[in-house]
Amino acid sequence: MPSSSKLDLLQGTLDLMVLQTLTAMGSLHGYGIARRIEQVSGNQVLLNQGTIYASLVRLEQRGWIKSEWGISGNNRKAKFYSITKAGRRQLAVDARHWERLTGVMDRVLGMGKDAGEAIGESENPA
Amino acid sequence: MSRLRRAGGRLRALFTGRSLDEELDDELAAHIDLAVDAYIERGMTAEQARRRAMIEFGGIQQAREHHREARGFMHFDILLQDLKYTLRTLGRDPGFTAIAVLILALAIGANIAVFSVVNTLMLRPLPFPHAQQLVWIAPPPTKCGLSCATYSTDAYDEFRAGSRSYQDVTGYFAFSSAGNLSLKLGSAPVTATSIDVIANFFPLLGVQPAIGRVFTEDDARNGASPVILLSNAWWKRQFNADPNIVGKAFDMNGHQTTVIGVLRASFDFGAVFAPGTKVDAITPLNLYGPPRDWGNIITLIGRLKPGVSLAQARNDAERVAPTMCWNNKQPQTCGDYKGAVVPVPLKDYISGKLRRALVVLWCAVGAILLIACVNLSNLLLARSAARSKEFAMRGALGASRGRIVRQLMTESLILSGAGAGFGLLLAFTLVGWLANQGAIALPLLGTLRIDGAALGWTVLIAVSAAVLFGLMPGLRMAGGNLHESLKDTSAGSGHSRKHERIRSILVVSEVALACMLLVGAGLLLRSFMHVLDVDLGFQPERSAAIKVDYDDSVPPGSPDGASIQKRTAIFQQVLSRVGAIPGVEASGIVDYLPLSQNRAWGLPFPKGVKRPEGIDNGPLVYVVTQGYLRAMGTGLRGRDFAWSDGPKSEPVVMINQSFARFLANYANWPNRDPVGQLLSSGPNNDLRVVGVVDDVHEENVDGEAGWQIYYPATQAGPSGAELVVRTTLPPAVLANTVLRTLRDLNPQQPLAEFIPIQSLVDHANSPRRFFMFLVAAFAGLGLLLAALGIYGVISYTVTRQTQEIGIRMALGASAHLVERQVLMSTLRLTLVGVSLGAFASLATAKLIASLLFATSPWDGVTYVAMAAALLAVAALSGYIPARRAARISPMVALRAN
Repeated sequence: MPSSSKLDLLQGTLDLMVLQTLTAMGSLHGYGIARRIEQVSGNQVLLNQGTIYASLVRLEQRGWIKSEWGISGNNRKAKFYSITKAGRRQLAVDARHWERLTGVMDRVLGMGKDAGEAIGESENPA
Repeated sequence: MSRLRRAGGRLRALFTGRSLDEELDDELAAHIDLAVDAYIERGMTAEQARRRAMIEFGGIQQAREHHREARGFMHFDILLQDLKYTLRTLGRDPGFTAIAVLILALAIGANIAVFSVVNTLMLRPLPFPHAQQLVWIAPPPTKCGLSCATYSTDAYDEFRAGSRSYQDVTGYFAFSSAGNLSLKLGSAPVTATSIDVIANFFPLLGVQPAIGRVFTEDDARNGASPVILLSNAWWKRQFNADPNIVGKAFDMNGHQTTVIGVLRASFDFGAVFAPGTKVDAITPLNLYGPPRDWGNIITLIGRLKPGVSLAQARNDAERVAPTMCWNNKQPQTCGDYKGAVVPVPLKDYISGKLRRALVVLWCAVGAILLIACVNLSNLLLARSAARSKEFAMRGALGASRGRIVRQLMTESLILSGAGAGFGLLLAFTLVGWLANQGAIALPLLGTLRIDGAALGWTVLIAVSAAVLFGLMPGLRMAGGNLHESLKDTSAGSGHSRKHERIRSILVVSEVALACMLLVGAGLLLRSFMHVLDVDLGFQPERSAAIKVDYDDSVPPGSPDGASIQKRTAIFQQVLSRVGAIPGVEASGIVDYLPLSQNRAWGLPFPKGVKRPEGIDNGPLVYVVTQGYLRAMGTGLRGRDFAWSDGPKSEPVVMINQSFARFLANYANWPNRDPVGQLLSSGPNNDLRVVGVVDDVHEENVDGEAGWQIYYPATQAGPSGAELVVRTTLPPAVLANTVLRTLRDLNPQQPLAEFIPIQSLVDHANSPRRFFMFLVAAFAGLGLLLAALGIYGVISYTVTRQTQEIGIRMALGASAHLVERQVLMSTLRLTLVGVSLGAFASLATAKLIASLLFATSPWDGVTYVAMAAALLAVAALSGYIPARRAARISPMVALRAN
């Protein structure tokens, strides 16, 4: 699969994905989170799974997620992460911010298609 | 709150870094295992699954780095890592490390020491509270020495009362001579030097005593019992730091004098007001006693009111000056001080003249630092060339460019830090030594020390040096093309050539800087030699002086001239006894030695000639006995004084050539010859000129000699007696005999020092010698560093071209030819540097013009000599690698790769 067809992640979006994944899935280990993001994105995201750990430690230091060692389904020792209350609040804030941003981007990028009509209308109020 | 927690987390991460790394490794291992499990479940073999998992994961090492970066004090982590790594690499190359640290230590140490001197003399305020308020009040410089730089007691009173700009005005008696205090402790009297100050001197300066008290007005009244303040050094030396000294009385100059206090070590009168001399004690000046009518005797120091500017004080002084009288009883002397009362900041008076020399010194030492940095840059470049593969490898393994630059900067910082450490040690030694050089006539030298500012300066130059010499090789290194570096196994490829060009530029600039330093030092050296060649008007070699105690006081009501007769008898006896000592060639007595103190008594003028307006500065006055001129080795035309020139015979004088030339312009003397002519020094006061004396440098060696007049001690009153002895033996040999003879004649004769006249000259030359010595030392250091730099570059080039040289020799080039080519390339580099340096010197020579004496700042001899010296040294440092090149065996060279 040529990597050029995959999406490069925008700065900060990985953190948001991790928080959302943990909200949806509850407690999960790093591999699980990475896999889940890849699956949900339909394998469209270019993710070196390793980079997830920098994101995890960052979020943990901010107090948005917490971690503890546990045993996975197939009996392997792994570190499990779950979202905290503060994390949920942050997720709400970030998600809203993201929605606004995508809304704006949609409108800006949509400008070309029906721009003519819109401008035409506004120029002839009578 | 969350920020706090985050910081806490990071801090924890820092201290528990190891276990966090381990935990991460566990976590990453678990990740891979989970992934492998998942792929195996999907039917892959274990090996395929593992490979797949690793690909999906990306770089494990990168993940670790990112993790660390996200979690901890990343910079600190890296710093520790870099430090460890750097110490290891430097430890592997002890030769390089030692040379680099040594170069830096020399350069930084010299910089700290010079900064301390500059800071003490120029930057730091004087060691008094609110020192910026202190002003020195004096006329503009004139020909008649101290007498024209001082004020009478009447003038002082008027100025103090009339000025509005000052909190208070004080002063001290300017004519105290060294050894004027004779302390009787046990059998033999001890001499010391004391200064008389006006009672408000210490309160005005804001100086507190270490123990006891300072003077009050009552101590300076008529009939007050004599009191004295001891300097800290004298108290320790002479009185064993007796803590109960206050209140004790001693016989000083025949009076029971009570010690009222001891000054602090931080206050040294000599260091501030009389550089290079030591003042042991301070006594109060009674303004209303005998000094009242001594004329100009007081130097003035004022403390401005807060907020009063110097310009305001000047205007104020101009307003007051016309109302000041030389003597209130002589109204015609009122207004004598017009235009002669000018306040200048005390600091300017003390160290203003040294400013230029200090700036030059500072520049010189800065140039040394630059040269050292260039040298280091060069060494690091050579080293980095050897390490380029190491860095390329690290780059390939994922180290970012910034990371590599940071690593290299750490290296430079460690080197310069170590250099600064040793430099500081060096500076401590230098500064400690300098602070004890009491004989150098530089102000405040005793207060020299490495203080907070000097330490700050150290850090500043250490860091800037590190940036200067480390950044360029660092950038070059990190910017290098990875593939090229890895491939660049054979010498002579483009990358190395570029390196070589940079190194050549560095060497050229280094040579140019060294050339500038050398030229500066050469000019100063030539000036100094000219100064030593100056005809002083006396011959200091084999001449020495000792202070003679005598008592010419006579009971009140004695006939006129009784005191003179008594003194004449004493002097005659002293000279006949001393003259009889074997080895004594000539002897005589004077009251003020040249290059020490002086005074003036007004202006005698040819008799019968109207004196022109506007000239009121008189010649400097010396009261001497017969034989003095011969003892000093001063030439004389006419006759010397004789014992027969007594109080009853015709008053006679000798004048110096300058004064004779000046007077001859007005008088109608045959052949303009003053010998035998009469001068008038007031009504019924005619003086017969019996001789014309060579001009003597009385105030300094490098200035013009002024007017001088000599009176016989058998007719005029001397202010002391210095016995000058010219010997056929070294003066020190005779010291004991002379002192014993004086003791024989007068048991009161204190244990005075037998001072070689040469030491007076040396003392006068000491600041010039000091600066010349320092600049010369820096130039020498610069030359050495430049030589090292040249050697380094040429040697590196030869190493790099070993193969090429081998081939050429195999093709028939002779060893001689190879040697010559290497030498030529050395000289080519040097020549470019020397030309640049000489050009820059020509452009900047004006900066030191004012420090030179009888030497043009564009002195051709100096330039040529210094260029030749540099070329010679360059040839020498290129010769070693050239020899090596010539000895390259073609076979070995070709086989080497």
